[in-house]
Amino acid sequence: MAEAALAPGGPARRRRRSWVPYALLAPGLLWLAVFFVAPMVTLGSQSLQEGNVYDGYTLTGNVGIYADAVGKYWPHLLRSVGYAATATVFALLLAYPLAYFMAQKAGRWKNVLLVLVVAPFFTSFLIRTLAWRTILSDTGPVTEVAQALHLTDLLQLLHLTNNDTLLSSKFAVIAGLTYNFLPFMILPLYAALDRLDPRLVEAAGDLYASPWQAFRHVTWPLSLPGVVAGTLLTFIPAAGDFINSRLLGNTQTVMIGQVIDSQFLRVLDYPLAAALSFVLLLMILGLVTAYVRRAGTEELV
Amino acid sequence: MAEHGAGDLRLTGLTKRFGDFTAVHPLDLTIPRGSFFALLGPSGCGKTTTLRMVAGLEEPSGGTIHLGDTDVTGTRAHRRNVNTVFQSYALFPHMTVLDNVMFGLRRKGDKQAEAKAREALELVQLGQAGGRRPGQLSGGMQQRVALARALVNRPDVLLLDEPLGALDLKLRRQMQIELKRIQQEVGLTFVHVTHDQEEAMTMADHIAVMNAGRIEQLADPATLYEHPASTFVANFLGQSNLLRARVEGGARDGLVRANTEGQELLLAADSVPEGLTDLWVGVRPEKLTLGEAGGRNRLGGRVVDASFTGVATQYVVRTPWGADLVVVQQNDGSARATPGEDVTLSWEPGREFVLDAAQDDHAGLDEVAVDG
Amino acid sequence: MAWVRRHLLFLAAVLVLAYMLVPNVVVAVFSFNDPVGRYNYTWRAFSLDAWANPCGAAGICQSLGLSLRVGLVASLTATVLGTMVAFALGRHRFRGRAGTNLLIFMPMATPEVVMGSSLLTLFLMMGLPAGTLAITIAHIMFCISFVVVAVKARVATLDPRLEEAAADLGATPLQTFLRVTFPLAFPGILAGALLAFSLSFDDYIITNFTASPSSVTFPMYVWGAAQRGAPVQVNVIGTLMFLVALLVVVAGQALAARRERSRAG
Repeated sequence: MAEAALAPGGPARRRRRSWVPYALLAPGLLWLAVFFVAPMVTLGSQSLQEGNVYDGYTLTGNVGIYADAVGKYWPHLLRSVGYAATATVFALLLAYPLAYFMAQKAGRWKNVLLVLVVAPFFTSFLIRTLAWRTILSDTGPVTEVAQALHLTDLLQLLHLTNNDTLLSSKFAVIAGLTYNFLPFMILPLYAALDRLDPRLVEAAGDLYASPWQAFRHVTWPLSLPGVVAGTLLTFIPAAGDFINSRLLGNTQTVMIGQVIDSQFLRVLDYPLAAALSFVLLLMILGLVTAYVRRAGTEELV
Repeated sequence: MAEHGAGDLRLTGLTKRFGDFTAVHPLDLTIPRGSFFALLGPSGCGKTTTLRMVAGLEEPSGGTIHLGDTDVTGTRAHRRNVNTVFQSYALFPHMTVLDNVMFGLRRKGDKQAEAKAREALELVQLGQAGGRRPGQLSGGMQQRVALARALVNRPDVLLLDEPLGALDLKLRRQMQIELKRIQQEVGLTFVHVTHDQEEAMTMADHIAVMNAGRIEQLADPATLYEHPASTFVANFLGQSNLLRARVEGGARDGLVRANTEGQELLLAADSVPEGLTDLWVGVRPEKLTLGEAGGRNRLGGRVVDASFTGVATQYVVRTPWGADLVVVQQNDGSARATPGEDVTLSWEPGREFVLDAAQDDHAGLDEVAVDG
Repeated sequence: MAWVRRHLLFLAAVLVLAYMLVPNVVVAVFSFNDPVGRYNYTWRAFSLDAWANPCGAAGICQSLGLSLRVGLVASLTATVLGTMVAFALGRHRFRGRAGTNLLIFMPMATPEVVMGSSLLTLFLMMGLPAGTLAITIAHIMFCISFVVVAVKARVATLDPRLEEAAADLGATPLQTFLRVTFPLAFPGILAGALLAFSLSFDDYIITNFTASPSSVTFPMYVWGAAQRGAPVQVNVIGTLMFLVALLVVVAGQALAARRERSRAG
């Protein structure tokens, strides 16, 4: 390796050996190729096969399965996207003030707040989701307060709950999704807002912008990379999630992930499950691509 | 919005405290309309805090700020017809240069924002750069965009917070001249905060020298230099040789006799304050002459250092009592002294300034040395 | 009212933080519960039984052990692979950068249920039986991207001139890496490893597709228990995890702060 230093003709920055980056990339990318890309191919292939678990499958190119899958489960697909989108919007609304406070106003408390935001994330999210069953339980204080304030009536009016309790409802599922993926929203927002030079906001005020205008024209556009990354990191896992809908919802709130899971592991209808999985992936890829086009992959990674 | 507030900028008893620390002691200052005013002082002297209070970015702990007859003390920054050129420029990185310059006009709903912005860019000679992003411009160009962005609003007062600090020396000189030209062209009140005494002297009509939250002296550049009111000003603005002296006898023929380390000095009587006997006698390096041709006051010494700077040579001459005096001689072709040589320094009475010996002769020196 | 308006942002931040932390508090409080019947959802009486005997529920500590083993192997492997990729992206020029970025980004943009089900079809075709090996392979796969992101962020903040200076002072590329680049990038690598461990340790959805009845990880145990009524020990372990995570993060921050200080001093 020593002769690299003596390589002739090197200007200020020596030319690095061309094989080094490829050697560094190879193991990781190979792993992803075999265990991420290849499975997508086998998933596609599985969806076009016919047969059953016991007698085996043969590839028949049964494209009609996609029409069947979508025809039968479009409400679940739409519901998943709708719940995930709603949860993403709420997560953004909740995360922004906290991230802004942490990045711009917290001073020496910044690190303490970061720990508090990250710590729950390191605890089993299944256990935390189960805790929401305790919090929202029918006889618990939260439900009682909501009933006293007629919030339960309001939620019923909005068709987010079916009766005057909170658990096992659309409301509980969306609240759970919002809660579960909130750190994924906060951290990129925090990173973007931490980079925001407060002097730019000051300059906007100096140039006749009211606090709201300064936010709209300076803070918000400069935090957009964080908003884009955060919404993606929230929306994508939320759309495929079924733990919240399973633990906090009812039979009317079944999300697509739950369908895929049970078709694969309980019903054992592999082609249908694979097709649904593929549809979900394509749907999300379509939505994500629109985002990535605007932001570029380098910025998001 | 623009016209009614126009007038002098008047600060009355303006104070700022951060906890126990008083950044700005009660400060009274009137800055005449249309003048180029500099607030000069070392970092941490309170000049930037004063500026930020005028801009509305910092809330005063006491006192008032008037623009003409209008009290703007409680007015928030975005309602004040005052604009700032920030030290960091604070250009919006996500907007084009033109959008940056239009920002203020847009907020005020000016219909001719774009035309005015283009005009302002012409004024700072960046007519072609309107479509570019601030990140694509050099430091000097960014500085000019920041200036255009503030100027275009025709504020009652334009505040400049060390706007040239990030530029290299050559560009700084060029921008100093340009700023001065623009100020004369548009006729607005400029308040310029800086720690660079040369910059303040080049550009400003009036300079307030600040130290530790107080104004030490307020005057035009020549007065500050020739007749500093304190050792701080004497040391902070240019170099000063301070000699400890004692008055001996009264005035005769407009001259006062004084003694420093056994050497007799003649001082112009009108520069010696009434009743003062223990003095600092200050002489600027360029007012001292090597040899006896300079005047009636003479001091002997030995050259310990000579550095050639092109237009002049700077000598350090050590007196028999161990004080080092700095002498600057024009390179007019006469012979130069070499280190180790014994020389006589001379100057004519009246070229010195006189301060109370109770003051610290090192005041203002450290700040000059460490300031970056 | 004026106070509220002035501190609106502060109040909002506190409320959101409370929303995030309430479940952890509930988990901790209910670890001291003495529930009647199988469901630990309503408070009955204070008890230290579960804390005295955290492994008291059948299978809970075996599943915990399996999750720790899988988490350790998966996070270490993913950290090595991911760090290498991050250095290539952060320190080298090569062809195919956009493709690499895309390949790193994709696993993060794919729902877990899709990754899990696709791996299931791959393993079926390969004939790889479901179980610990399959789980570990899957975990390494989805951890790599997160390690790359964490390490790359750190590498991007490092001044490449430091490496040039080391080379200028006679260090070979290997010495430069070991003595300059690696120590400087270490905080990012550690952060990536911790993130990978917690992702692996916490994963249910992908694990569910690759596990066999004999390879029950802790999240799978919790899931199964939730159907039947979770034992109080689940809360004990959840609380312990929270405390350990808090300790690790606080220790990491304190260490970083001390380094910063000693560097400044």
